[in-house]
Amino acid sequence: MNDMTAAGFTGTRTDVVIDRLSLAFDGVALFDQFSAVFPSGQTTCLLGPSGIGKSTLLRAMAGLVAPDAGRVQGGDGAPLAGRIAYMDQSDLLLPWLSARENVLLGARLRGETPDVAAADRLLARVGLEGHADKRPAALSGGMRQRAALARTLMEDRPVVLMDEPFSAVDALTRFRLQALACEVLAGRTVVLVTHDPQEALRLGHRLLVLTGSPAQLDESPVPHGSPPRAPTGGDFPARYEDLMTRLAVGDAGVPA
Amino acid sequence: MKGVRLIVTLGGLFVLWQAIVWFSGAPPYLLPGPVDTLRVLFGRAGFITGHAGVTLAEILIGLGLGTVLGIASAVVIALFRPARRWLLPILVTSQAIPVFAIAPLLVLWLGYGMASKVGMATLIIYFPVASSFLDGLRRTDPHWIDLAQTMTGGPKRRPLAVLRYVRMPAALPALASGLRVAAAVAPIGAVVGEWVGSGAGLGYLMLQANARVQIDLMFAALITLAALAVALYFTVDFVLRKAIPWQPDTLPQTNP
Repeated sequence: MNDMTAAGFTGTRTDVVIDRLSLAFDGVALFDQFSAVFPSGQTTCLLGPSGIGKSTLLRAMAGLVAPDAGRVQGGDGAPLAGRIAYMDQSDLLLPWLSARENVLLGARLRGETPDVAAADRLLARVGLEGHADKRPAALSGGMRQRAALARTLMEDRPVVLMDEPFSAVDALTRFRLQALACEVLAGRTVVLVTHDPQEALRLGHRLLVLTGSPAQLDESPVPHGSPPRAPTGGDFPARYEDLMTRLAVGDAGVPA
Repeated sequence: MKGVRLIVTLGGLFVLWQAIVWFSGAPPYLLPGPVDTLRVLFGRAGFITGHAGVTLAEILIGLGLGTVLGIASAVVIALFRPARRWLLPILVTSQAIPVFAIAPLLVLWLGYGMASKVGMATLIIYFPVASSFLDGLRRTDPHWIDLAQTMTGGPKRRPLAVLRYVRMPAALPALASGLRVAAAVAPIGAVVGEWVGSGAGLGYLMLQANARVQIDLMFAALITLAALAVALYFTVDFVLRKAIPWQPDTLPQTNP
């Protein structure tokens, strides 16, 4: 259908629209009539203090949590089911499957003929050439996240939702994975939940900070240039200041 | 090293046994010594092996039937909500009735032949297999289920595929625990069946030898039964370890 190893996504792009969403968790209204638009083909980073509902919002967008009211839909007004790939902070690789079989899991679940050659191409693309037959236990943390990224790409969905995908790996591995993710996810609508301001500033076309309860959106400016940005020089330090200030304001009411 | 340990353990037990015989001064028709017992064991090896073969066949057929029935019940209960309400009480009841209590009934219904013993072994094996596998099916990592849902395009889409590719493999380590218990208790079922009424098998042999005060023969049969049970357990354990290589053994390892 399309050559997934070429840079960028070539399918039909879509905005993600959150329309007057209300959602309570344990009796606390996390979102009340909350609306937002995540523009197509861009990476939007969602930040905010723990417990503000970032992951819950992401899960609602993925269709994993039913909202009490409101909708999440594509820019065309159609539901997003089947147009979403989801990546968690843990790799969620199935331990009994090889890296290749993990990448092919989606096809197996949908009863499609698994495209082994495409899986191997994607594994090579994320730097796992020669590791396709290994089980997750035989891979390092960084390699497992690469395999998870390949699985996400194999789904070939226009929307990719990521919940702190690189938080469990060391700093250098994280830095490399960010560059890789930025490259391979180009053209997709990416919503990235992260705790790491530097990651957000490197990868985001937009930075959104969730504050308060029920949550409100506060947009923080991004540095010049397109992602992945170098974390030094230019206006990166200044934007880092901006973002930290906004996070501190958002965090004021929450005990540390 | 393993072999040496086995020989030392067995040797130690035999010395202890002989010591008890010497110091208690028990007559050989009440407590035969290890030498007498071994003489009977090897002198009538063909005779004892014949009966052991019958018991082993009952155990293996029971193990097979109990496992198949147990797995099938667990899957049905896991898949269909009404089945949970209807079948779960039956599952528990099947274990609440002591096998000893229904052994005479089974012999009455299924006859003195192998069928009643197989039935007994099946019954005793069924519960640990069904309950442990059901437990495993229930406890699939919810994040894996979330991932599967984003892949299939929504909750409750393609439940059979999710069962086959995610839930069932994830439950295999739990099933293995049940099978280990089953392998350990299976001989009980067969022997109890033989005690109640039979014309062959180690249980029958023990009962006959006991009635004729051939205690050395009874001891020989008992040793054979123990060896059979231990061999069965370790065979099952070995096969399960080979079949589920991704399940890590996190106990501190000693040199085998």
